[in-house]
Amino acid sequence: MNDDLMVGGHISRQFDQELDDIRARVLKMGGLVEAQLDKTLVALQDGDPESIVDVAKLDRKVNKLEMEIDEECTQILAKRQPAAGDLRLIIATTKSVRDLERIGDEAERVANMVRHALDNHASHKSFKGLLSLGEHVKELLHATLNTYARMETRSAVLNMRKDQEIDDEYSRVIVRLVDYMKKDADNISDALDVMWAARSLERIGDHCINICENIIYLVEGQDVRHIGFDELDEQLS
Amino acid sequence: MENNNTSYQTAGVPLLDDPKMRIRNTNVFYAEKQAIFDVNLDIGKNQVISMIGPSGCGKSTFLRCLNRMNDTIEICRVSGELHLEKDNIYDKKIDVVELRARVGMVFQKPNPFPKSIYENVAYGARIHGLTDNTVQLDDLVEKSLIRCGLWNEVKDRLEEPATGLSGGQQQRLCIARAIAINPEVILMDEPCSALDPIATATVEELIHELSENFTIAIVTHSMQQAARVSERTAYFHLGKLIEVNDTSQVFTNPEHQLTEEYITGRIG
Repeated sequence: MNDDLMVGGHISRQFDQELDDIRARVLKMGGLVEAQLDKTLVALQDGDPESIVDVAKLDRKVNKLEMEIDEECTQILAKRQPAAGDLRLIIATTKSVRDLERIGDEAERVANMVRHALDNHASHKSFKGLLSLGEHVKELLHATLNTYARMETRSAVLNMRKDQEIDDEYSRVIVRLVDYMKKDADNISDALDVMWAARSLERIGDHCINICENIIYLVEGQDVRHIGFDELDEQLS
Repeated sequence: MENNNTSYQTAGVPLLDDPKMRIRNTNVFYAEKQAIFDVNLDIGKNQVISMIGPSGCGKSTFLRCLNRMNDTIEICRVSGELHLEKDNIYDKKIDVVELRARVGMVFQKPNPFPKSIYENVAYGARIHGLTDNTVQLDDLVEKSLIRCGLWNEVKDRLEEPATGLSGGQQQRLCIARAIAINPEVILMDEPCSALDPIATATVEELIHELSENFTIAIVTHSMQQAARVSERTAYFHLGKLIEVNDTSQVFTNPEHQLTEEYITGRIG
């Protein structure tokens, strides 16, 4: 993607600066959300209470950035009446920051599940079964942020395919947990917490895909939501 | 005549089925200098089409071809085929006065005649013999002013000079004058550039209402205006018609990079 076309090159350099600033803030927000997920995975691995507190602290920063970026986008809509690629950048950005904020919320939800287990003097170990899923979700989030930074359609599509693998892995985790619950009714309470945590991780993947769809809209001007891969390939060919 | 060898393809959808005006292979020269290059465009019936582009891109020159206003410029030559319905408007047999009754024009600066409000609207109908008596003429004046949303503002002072009206009222009067002779097409050359935002909104609303019965081609410097009033948008650049598309597409996802650069404020 030609970087200048998406942000730079306006006659008004001030406008260039404003758009550049928004992009930089989205990436900063992405970095914070990534850190939230990192800390969440540490909590899953080690049951580390400090990491759980950090996830909540980071969430406050993420929420604040979401509101600031939204306000900047509102100002640009009001003052600049952006069109074409600029308009798509603003629309894609306001949607994507919402997804990023929700990724943060989901990470916090997982961390809270671990805390809940620790508070009840239960072991966090049952959450360890989610580590592999968590790592894959983390890779997807990282790839998604790279895709945003580079504004690449191709890697957006690759990420969307990776999410399918995550969905499959999630299904396998659920089957395992159901088996675990069937074995002993005493397992149900713990297993439900883990199930909710797994669900949150899977949702993070979905939010990454929303962001990838926004990037494709931004770069190509095409709305690729709610279509299968065949149609997607056809639209982008 | 200088030959134009620079062939190019207009992006988007410049041609339509059953258009009101059909423009083919049109070139315009001012003496030796070529101002318009091989333009092919259809103007749809009862549609509003906007012409946008940087200063000097040829959009006004092109608009003025559509009712042969360029005939008044001695060094200006137009080649190509321009049809209004079935009539070739550059055919020698065409009566230019009659053509301009069919293709009316509204200019950048409101230019009412130095006559009364009534006479401004009645003038065209009178010279074209459109009415048989005063009652019919009164009726035509009233209807034209009503259609332009001006009747309530001027009905009690029809005999006062038109020049006493505000800029926005004068421009709507000029539109009333244009529609009084029931043209098929109305050309508007930056009709709001001398108006304040409120008067502009009134004229834009009027354009929207008139498009039910008239075909309108508007040249505008305001991209937001083009986005608001027109169904199709044509982008001109250095005398070439770069892209024609539905307005909604042009302003969200233009096909041609030059269009993108212009509407996002990267070239001016």
